[in-house]
Amino acid sequence: MSFLHTLVNGNEGGLKADGLTPTQKVTLRAVIMGILYYGLSAFEGMMMRAHAITPLSMLDDSHYFSVMTVHPIVGIFGSTYLVVFGAFTFLVPYLMKKPLYSIKLANATWILIAFGALMSWLGGFIFHYAPLYTLYWPLPVDFSQYDAVGGLVFILGIALIMIGTLGFIYNIFATVFYTEEGHEKRPMKPLLISALGIDGMLNIWYKMTGREPYAKEPAVSLPVVAIFRGTIDTFLDALVILTCGVLILVYIIGDLSGATMDYTSVNALLYKNFFWWGLDLIADGLVLIYVAGSWYLLAMLITGKKLFMQNIARAALLLELIVSWFVWSHHLLADQGQNNMMKLVSGEMVTAFELVTQGIAIFITLVTLWSARPLKMSNELKFLLGGILGFMLAVPAGIIQADMGLNRILHNTQWVAGPHFHVAILVGLTMTLYSAVYILWPTLTNGVKLYSQKLASFHFWGQLVGGIGMGAFMGMAAMDGALRRTLYLDGEYQTYMILAGICGLLLLAAWVAFLFNLIMSVGLKGLLGIFNKSKLKTTALIPEA
Amino acid sequence: MTDSVDVLQMLKLVYTLYTLSVISLIGWFAFGVVNPKGKPRIVKASTFYTYVGVLITVGVAIHIVTFNKIPWVEIDFKRDSLKPAQVVNITIEKHKFKLPSPKIELKCNEYILFDVVSKDLTYGFGIFRQNNSMVTQMQVLPGSRNDLMWKFGKNGVYHLRSTEYSGPKGAKMYIKDVFEVKGCDEDDKYSQKRGNL
Repeated sequence: MSFLHTLVNGNEGGLKADGLTPTQKVTLRAVIMGILYYGLSAFEGMMMRAHAITPLSMLDDSHYFSVMTVHPIVGIFGSTYLVVFGAFTFLVPYLMKKPLYSIKLANATWILIAFGALMSWLGGFIFHYAPLYTLYWPLPVDFSQYDAVGGLVFILGIALIMIGTLGFIYNIFATVFYTEEGHEKRPMKPLLISALGIDGMLNIWYKMTGREPYAKEPAVSLPVVAIFRGTIDTFLDALVILTCGVLILVYIIGDLSGATMDYTSVNALLYKNFFWWGLDLIADGLVLIYVAGSWYLLAMLITGKKLFMQNIARAALLLELIVSWFVWSHHLLADQGQNNMMKLVSGEMVTAFELVTQGIAIFITLVTLWSARPLKMSNELKFLLGGILGFMLAVPAGIIQADMGLNRILHNTQWVAGPHFHVAILVGLTMTLYSAVYILWPTLTNGVKLYSQKLASFHFWGQLVGGIGMGAFMGMAAMDGALRRTLYLDGEYQTYMILAGICGLLLLAAWVAFLFNLIMSVGLKGLLGIFNKSKLKTTALIPEA
Repeated sequence: MTDSVDVLQMLKLVYTLYTLSVISLIGWFAFGVVNPKGKPRIVKASTFYTYVGVLITVGVAIHIVTFNKIPWVEIDFKRDSLKPAQVVNITIEKHKFKLPSPKIELKCNEYILFDVVSKDLTYGFGIFRQNNSMVTQMQVLPGSRNDLMWKFGKNGVYHLRSTEYSGPKGAKMYIKDVFEVKGCDEDDKYSQKRGNL
């Protein structure tokens, strides 16, 4: 079969988009947009990596920092949010064994997020609006450096992303609690207790006091518990980001209308505490909880067995949620105005609990896999192990920098950007998501055969080696004093930057291989057909046999 | 006194060893879990609880060790009650450092207080050696007290750089050879203007 034929029609007939249900389509739409945004983010990352090796004439300072500003917006919201929300839009009803609450709302969600990410990107690309994702007050409203129109476009984009996020949250909670047509009324209380994981804690307590378990069969499965809990953090985070967005918008509109306002009315330290409380609910809240839930689900699906220590896992997820509300101060350890006790308790001690909660998730997942030996080294298993390895590296790196002594010399260095959050995102989170993509692939595409296993293997090794390597070389540069968000134009850390750049290139190549494999598998016809309206008038998740 | 260079070198060694161990562990697990001769094994609950105990111990121990071994933590905690031998007042405005003098001489083995004020944006204040490695830093926020107390134990000449992004105009907030520490018994080998750089 010719290359061109396969490209158009897919591998062995490719994807028959007419046979996809509305739920399958909405899931695939979100995931595909997320994968495309990942590519844009990776390309931006490579632009910055190249500029760090040798300054590019096409990137002046304002352009460089606008790329740095939109890079995480595109990567986190445009890519990760869309892939995660798409996957959970399918998984929650799948695990709850009932239809999604609203397919229309799910469609609105991915469109709002995708369009919002595009707007924010345009705010950087066209107007060079560059306050970075941290938005430290009063930088976002410093109109001596930025065009207020650029700020307006950027912030409205973020607002759309957050509104889309609220739509996702509503859909997930509604799917858990609603009673489908023709079904006996589902009582709210056991669902809520189970979704919060309180039944797991009660089971442990009842066992300790010699009683029968509180709930032998929990009303909500463990992965749904994780999704439900993570979504609580997603909600709180959306509220905080929206609030800050409204504040910035007020100043932007004031400037555009000629009524410039005094930015000193907002206390920079108080704002920083509020903003980091919300923003950290992504990094130390929903990501860790969603990832733990995904590992549990993947381990159960790969082994076909129940999870090891289910009740502990449920209880640990609740602990993780609570911990995530009290750790934001680790971002302010270098702020001398921040109270020392807040630094010690929130910044160090409570943060250290993430080592425990994430460590528990790793242990439970690995033991569950080991209990089903021998397993086949499938794509989903190897990506799952890669994801676990990513967090085994990135979480301790975060705990190390969340120390009052070490933070003094690690804060804002490449250590934070490299060994901590790029390894966490590119290896830990992304490889976990790829594992989910590979395992859900047959269900979502009605059994489309993967075009090339060799490309899938290259995707795995490229992502793993590229992600860990880039993080490692950035970390080594940090040990020698390399800051993040700083331009070094005299070749100060060039050797490390070249090595990190090669690893970055490997990451980009891995994404290209994955995208090519995906397109060749489903075919361009199938790919475009995903975005057409479903011909199946059904609320079922997959076509009925 | 322990220097930040010593701490960073130790961290580099420890984290590299940790990274290699973890990669080896997952590699071993990957081979083991697909080994056709491998048999399913149930892990005892006691093993799990021991593991959790180890995690808690490690999480707490990191902070206890650094609190006792890294000298600047205690100084930072007590800086309100310690009397500085020298106070260096610096103002930052419109992406420019306003220094009390172009070159600032710092006393050796004395408490030096850097009191930095921002008149507009959030900046950073960082002291760097001649080889670009970091000595110390803090964030500088408008409307807050930004005071960093430090004790230098080695002779050297140091650069000043903003360690926080403050917009494209702040990309080059870097002044070479601002601080000079004199009067110590030992030289900072990474921060000599002429010598072993």
